[in-house]
Amino acid sequence: MSAPTDPSGRLPHAYLVPGSASFAEFLSDHAPRLLPSGRALPVGTVPEAPHGTTIVAVEFDGGVVMAGDRRATMGSMIANREIEKVFGADDYSCVGIAGTAGLAIELVKLFQVELEHYEKIEGTLLSLEGKANRLATMIRGNLGLAMQGLAVVPLFAGYDVESAQGRIYSYDVTGGCYTERHHHSVGSGSLFARGAMKKLWHRGLASDQAVRVAVEALYDAADDDSATGGPDLNRRIYPVVGVVDVEGYRRVDDAAMQAVVDTVVAGRRGDPGGADLDGQGVAS
Amino acid sequence: MSMPFYVSPEQLMKDRADYARKGIARGRSVVVLAYDGGIAFVAENPSRALHKISEIYDRIAFAAVGKYNEFENLRVAGVRYADLRGYSYDRSDVTARGLANAYAQTLGTVFTQESKPYEVEIVVAEVGATPDLDQIYRLTYDGSVADERGFVAMGGAAQSISTALGEQWRPGLSLGEALTLAVSVLADHPGDGEPRALGPDQLEVAVLDRQRDRRLFRRLTAALVERLLSPSDPTHDVPHDEAHGPGPHDVVGDPPPAPPA
Repeated sequence: MSAPTDPSGRLPHAYLVPGSASFAEFLSDHAPRLLPSGRALPVGTVPEAPHGTTIVAVEFDGGVVMAGDRRATMGSMIANREIEKVFGADDYSCVGIAGTAGLAIELVKLFQVELEHYEKIEGTLLSLEGKANRLATMIRGNLGLAMQGLAVVPLFAGYDVESAQGRIYSYDVTGGCYTERHHHSVGSGSLFARGAMKKLWHRGLASDQAVRVAVEALYDAADDDSATGGPDLNRRIYPVVGVVDVEGYRRVDDAAMQAVVDTVVAGRRGDPGGADLDGQGVAS
Repeated sequence: MSMPFYVSPEQLMKDRADYARKGIARGRSVVVLAYDGGIAFVAENPSRALHKISEIYDRIAFAAVGKYNEFENLRVAGVRYADLRGYSYDRSDVTARGLANAYAQTLGTVFTQESKPYEVEIVVAEVGATPDLDQIYRLTYDGSVADERGFVAMGGAAQSISTALGEQWRPGLSLGEALTLAVSVLADHPGDGEPRALGPDQLEVAVLDRQRDRRLFRRLTAALVERLLSPSDPTHDVPHDEAHGPGPHDVVGDPPPAPPA
């Protein structure tokens, strides 16, 4: 799957052509087979492939948190119990993916290179809106595959350096890009996660509270959706949680996640639907 | 139809080489030198926007002298080469040696086959896990490659600067010492005219910092360069904490600006 090279070993002409700062555009001219949209699908039905499930994103004061469960399913089978579906896209943004796992991860890799490539060629950062639109273009290119059942639906979130706040963007399979307010979720468990976030989110959250809300929402998603994995305490597999704020993107480490997950699980013992955020119990 | 004059291959190559050398000699010099924590790049360049030093990939950087449009073209090609390679194989499979080879073939072909050679000289440097594994390749207009140890000078006064560096550079310099040395040799050997003083505002300085993760290239702000050059200031290396204010990832040295109200 490597790119065409010049037999003399010199850089192929396409490399030296001045032009776009987009890596995806460079690939589509020079090595289209490396793009998901550049490969024709053979006739016939697509065999079953692993699917990733629920991603949630929660805004807080001065940033945004994104979290994803760790399950990939293939029909009724669990294909992978520790897949990672939330990735740092660059210093100030992250992307989570639901849908066909193989294509989605390829798309994320391409998106990461796309942003870094622009940064290096232009010597400056893309605006958050610009990054969100680049991702929309990539999803649009995937429409043919989506029609064969290989849909990829990302959730994009980042810190807007201009306005000093977190922002969330959602997508549909046709490449539509929508700004979401406060919180959002995609994937098979998103229905339940959205309901949970609606009740738990409020203005003025701190980043650790936002992490807690995200984990609570994933717990609710896993409770009712068989394709979403709950926290696996025996194997110590916890949701992947990324935080983006003025300091940039960072992933919450396993030790911190264990503490959050333990609190969430303990808080729901005997009361599986309750989310005891302030430790005071729900007034009755 | 008139017969073209016969020009011997020796003469043809010599003319092209002279032409390229003249173009390169007009520009200000660039110094690349190893220090204990990585590789430093120092260019005399008053512009903040038109860079002579740039990031290529995680551990690889690029420095050039000569015609801006030509080396910018090569730089973009290098970034494309590296990103494509890293994307189709793995990030660890992108090496300075591979890139230097591709550049050498490109420069060599242009030198012999096109109507005008590139008037550029470039350095491709890769910082290793230890100073022994650092690689610095110098490429000239005709495609020759040299594997340099420790330091390289390019540009108008390359010869005299190399001689001065050869006398004064030693392994294990701190970044402060390395920059002081680089700035003093650049100031003493302007190529034309008298030695003069060079302030941080006339310099473009960047490092490949061994002690970071993943992308190691960082530009140094004028304020940080001033602190590093000052003998009375205790600063002798770039700050290593990754936390920085909003802004491009590859700049170190400024205190984070206050977020807009």
